[in-house]
Amino acid sequence: MTISLKPSNPTPKKLQPTGWLKYLSFSLDHKIIGLQYLVCGFLFYLIGGSLAGAIRVELISPLSDFMPREVYNQVLTLHGTIMIFLWIVPVVNGAFGNYLIPFYVGARDMAFPRLNAVAFWLIPPSGLMLITSYFINGAAQSGWTAYPPLSITTPAAGQIIWILSVLLLGGSSIFGGINFIATILKLRRPGLKLMQLPMYCWAMLGTSILVVLSTPVLAGTLILLSFDIVAHTGFFNPSLGGNVIVYQHLFWFYSHPAVYIMVLPAFGLVSEILPIHSRKPLFGYTTMVFSIMGIVVLGLVVWAHHMFTSGTPPWMRLFFTIATAFIAVPTGIKFFNWVATLWGGKISLNAAMLFSCGFIINFVLGGITGVALAQVPFDVHVHDTYFVVAHFHYIVYGGSVFVIFSSIYHWFPKFTGKMLNENLGRFHFIITFIGFNLCFAPQHWLGLNGMPRRVAEYDPQFQLINQISSVGALLMALSTLPFLWNILQSILYGDNSGDNPWNALTPEWLTSSPPPVENWEGEAPLVLEPYGYGEKDSNQTQEKIK
Amino acid sequence: MPKLSAILTLTSSLILGIGGVWIAYNIDMLPVSASMNAPVYDELYRVLFIIGCILFIGMTALVIYSLIQFRRRPGDTGDGINLEGNISLEIFWTAVPAVVVLFVGLYSYDIYDRMGGMQPLMHDHNGQMDNQVERVWGGIGSGPIESSSTKNLSSLPIELTAMQFAFIFHYPKGDIISGELHVPVGREVSLKMESKDVIHAFWVPQFRLKQDVIPGQPTVLNFTPTKAGNFPIVCAELCGPYHGGMRSNVIVDEQEDFDIWLKENSKESI
Repeated sequence: MTISLKPSNPTPKKLQPTGWLKYLSFSLDHKIIGLQYLVCGFLFYLIGGSLAGAIRVELISPLSDFMPREVYNQVLTLHGTIMIFLWIVPVVNGAFGNYLIPFYVGARDMAFPRLNAVAFWLIPPSGLMLITSYFINGAAQSGWTAYPPLSITTPAAGQIIWILSVLLLGGSSIFGGINFIATILKLRRPGLKLMQLPMYCWAMLGTSILVVLSTPVLAGTLILLSFDIVAHTGFFNPSLGGNVIVYQHLFWFYSHPAVYIMVLPAFGLVSEILPIHSRKPLFGYTTMVFSIMGIVVLGLVVWAHHMFTSGTPPWMRLFFTIATAFIAVPTGIKFFNWVATLWGGKISLNAAMLFSCGFIINFVLGGITGVALAQVPFDVHVHDTYFVVAHFHYIVYGGSVFVIFSSIYHWFPKFTGKMLNENLGRFHFIITFIGFNLCFAPQHWLGLNGMPRRVAEYDPQFQLINQISSVGALLMALSTLPFLWNILQSILYGDNSGDNPWNALTPEWLTSSPPPVENWEGEAPLVLEPYGYGEKDSNQTQEKIK
Repeated sequence: MPKLSAILTLTSSLILGIGGVWIAYNIDMLPVSASMNAPVYDELYRVLFIIGCILFIGMTALVIYSLIQFRRRPGDTGDGINLEGNISLEIFWTAVPAVVVLFVGLYSYDIYDRMGGMQPLMHDHNGQMDNQVERVWGGIGSGPIESSSTKNLSSLPIELTAMQFAFIFHYPKGDIISGELHVPVGREVSLKMESKDVIHAFWVPQFRLKQDVIPGQPTVLNFTPTKAGNFPIVCAELCGPYHGGMRSNVIVDEQEDFDIWLKENSKESI
C-alpha cells in the first residue's frame, strides 16, 4: 500500500528564521504562511467586528445621532470590504488551504512557495492602507459594491485607495488560486488518485477555479472605475455617456462567485470535521465532488440576480432566476449528505462539532431565503433591504464564520500541540449561536416590512426590532472574549494534545503536532481512504494509517 | 421494526408538512397589501414560506435528533457504522430538490407573468417611432397587469425625477410638480423614472414593487393602487449620506378626492 517517496531536498534551514520571529518573516513554509493568514485575518475580523458594532449602535435609535452620516457610510463600506476581503476569503482559502492542502496531497510544501509568501504579504499592507484611508481624507463611502456614479461623485481619495487595496487583495487571491490548482493537480503523492483526496481538496480546487476565472474581471472593472475617477473618462459615468449597468454586470460577475469563494472552502472544511467527530465515513463522496463542481459551474452564471431591480430585460431576469434556484440542488445534496454522515455515528459534542452543526442549521435558513430571493417577483420587494442583509449574514457569518471557528477548534491541536478547553468552547458556541440568531433573524422581518439596507436613519416603527438586533450584536461581540481567553490560556498552559487527539485518518494528523518543517520526518504516508472510519474493528483503522 | 420506522417517518413528515402550512398561514410578516400585484406577490410569498418552513424545521430537527440520539456515550471509544453512501438515497435527495426548485421556478414565472413582468418594452410608453426610441427598461409591473390595451391607454402617466435626496413627481396633465405622489385608487399609474445624479430606487413596501431609478437610463414602473391610504416611498439604493432620509409618501385617494387635488394644484385648467 505504501510507495516509497524520498524526501525532497531539504530547504536550507538557515534561511528560515526560528522562534516567534518566523511568523513575521517572509517564510516559505506553507504551515507558517497558513497561520500568518489565520492570525492576520482574525485581527482584521476584530476591526471589521468593531465597525459592525458601530453600525448596530447607530441603529439603536431611528435618528442619525451616533456618528456623522458620511462616516456611517464609510463604516459600512469598510465593514463589508474588511470582512470579505481581509477575513473570510483569506482565512477559508489562504489559512486553511495553505496549512492543509500540502498534507492532503502528500507534498512537503505548496507548488510555488515564494508566490505563496508574496500572496500573503500583499494582505497586511493593503488592509492597513484601506483602514488608514479613513484618517487621510475619509474612506470610501459607496458601499463595498462601489456602484458608479456614487463612487465617482464621492470624495476621490478614499475611493481610489479602496480600489487599490481591493486590487492588491484580488491579486493575492489569484496568486493563491493558481498555487492551489498547481499543488492539487501536480504535487499529488504518486499513487494518490484525485478521487481519493480529502473533500477539502476538491472544495479548494473548485474555489480556485472560480478565483482564477472571475477575479481578473473585478480587477479590470475597478481599473476602469479608477480611470473614471482620476482621469475623468466615461466608462461608467452617465454624464459622459457611460453606462452604470455595465459596471454592475462586471462587478457581480466576480462578486457573486465571491460568495462561493467564501462558502465552498467552508463546505470542504465541514466535510473534514464531521466524519472525524462522528466516527463515520463521509457520506456520498462522489456526489459531494460532483456537487462542488456543479456549484462552480452554476456559480459563474447567476450574477444578474443581484440586478433584478436595475435595468435588466425580462428574459435575463428569468434565466438568472432559474440558474440561481438550481444551485439549491447541488447545495442541498451536500447538506443531506452531511446529515447522513451524522446519522448512526458516535458523535462527540465538542466545540468543533457544535460549530459545524450550527453552520448546517444557519446555512439551511440562508439557503432557503436565497432560493426565495432568486425569484424575481419575490426579489423586487425585498431587494436592497434588511431581508438581504439577514440572508447574506446567514450565509457568510452563520455559514463561513461558524466553520472558521469550528476549524480552529478542530485544528488548534495540530497547529500548536495543545488542547483547547472544550467547556469554554461550548460556551463560546452557545453565546455565538444565540447572539447571531438574535441579531440577524429579526432582520428578515425588517426587510419585508420596509427597512432598506445601508441607512443610518429609519422609520421609528422599526426601533424595537433594531434594538433586539443590536442586543444580538452585543452578544456576538462578547462571545469573542471566551474564545480569545481560551486560545491564550491554551497556548500558555494548555494540555499536551499528542499527535492525533481525534484519532483522525487524514494525512495531516499522521505526523507530529505541530508538524516538522517538511511535514513528515520520513516519507509521506499514502492515505487511500481518508474517511475509512467504521465499526468493523479498530485494528483495521490502524492498518489503514500504515 | 422496519415497519415501525416507516410509520414514524411517514407520520413525522406529515406533521412537518401540515405544520409548515399552518405556520405560513398563521404568521403574517408582510405589511398591508395595497396594489393590484401585491396579493399575487403574497401568494408566492406564502408558497415559498411553506416550503421554507418544512425544509428548515425538518433539517434542524434531523440535526438535533442526530446529535442527541447518536451522541457518544461515556466510555465508548468505538466508531460509527461504516456507511459510505447509498445511491438510491442520494438520487432521491437530488431529485426531490430538483423537482421542488423546478416547481418554484415555473410557479414564480407564472407569478412574474401575472405581474406583467414578461411584457416586452420595445418602445417608449408614449409610442414614438422606432428611430426616436429611447431605451426604457421596465420594472416588474411595467406591462399591463391584465393585458388589455384599452386599460393601458387609460393609465395615468407621471414622471419621477430622483436626485440626492428627494423624489420629484411631475404630472404632465396639469403640469403639477409635487414632492409626494398622489394617485387615485383603482387606476393604473405609469411612472417614468430617471435620476439626475446617482442611482436611487423607488420602493413602496405596501405595493411590493421596487425599481431602480438610473441616471442616463430611463426606467418605467406600472402599478395599480387598490387601497386608499398613505404609504411610504423609500429609496432603496445607497445614494449618499442622506440615503436613509430619502423618503416620501404616496397618497392613494378615492377618484373624487384625487380629482379635487388635481384641480387645486394644476397650473392650467384641465
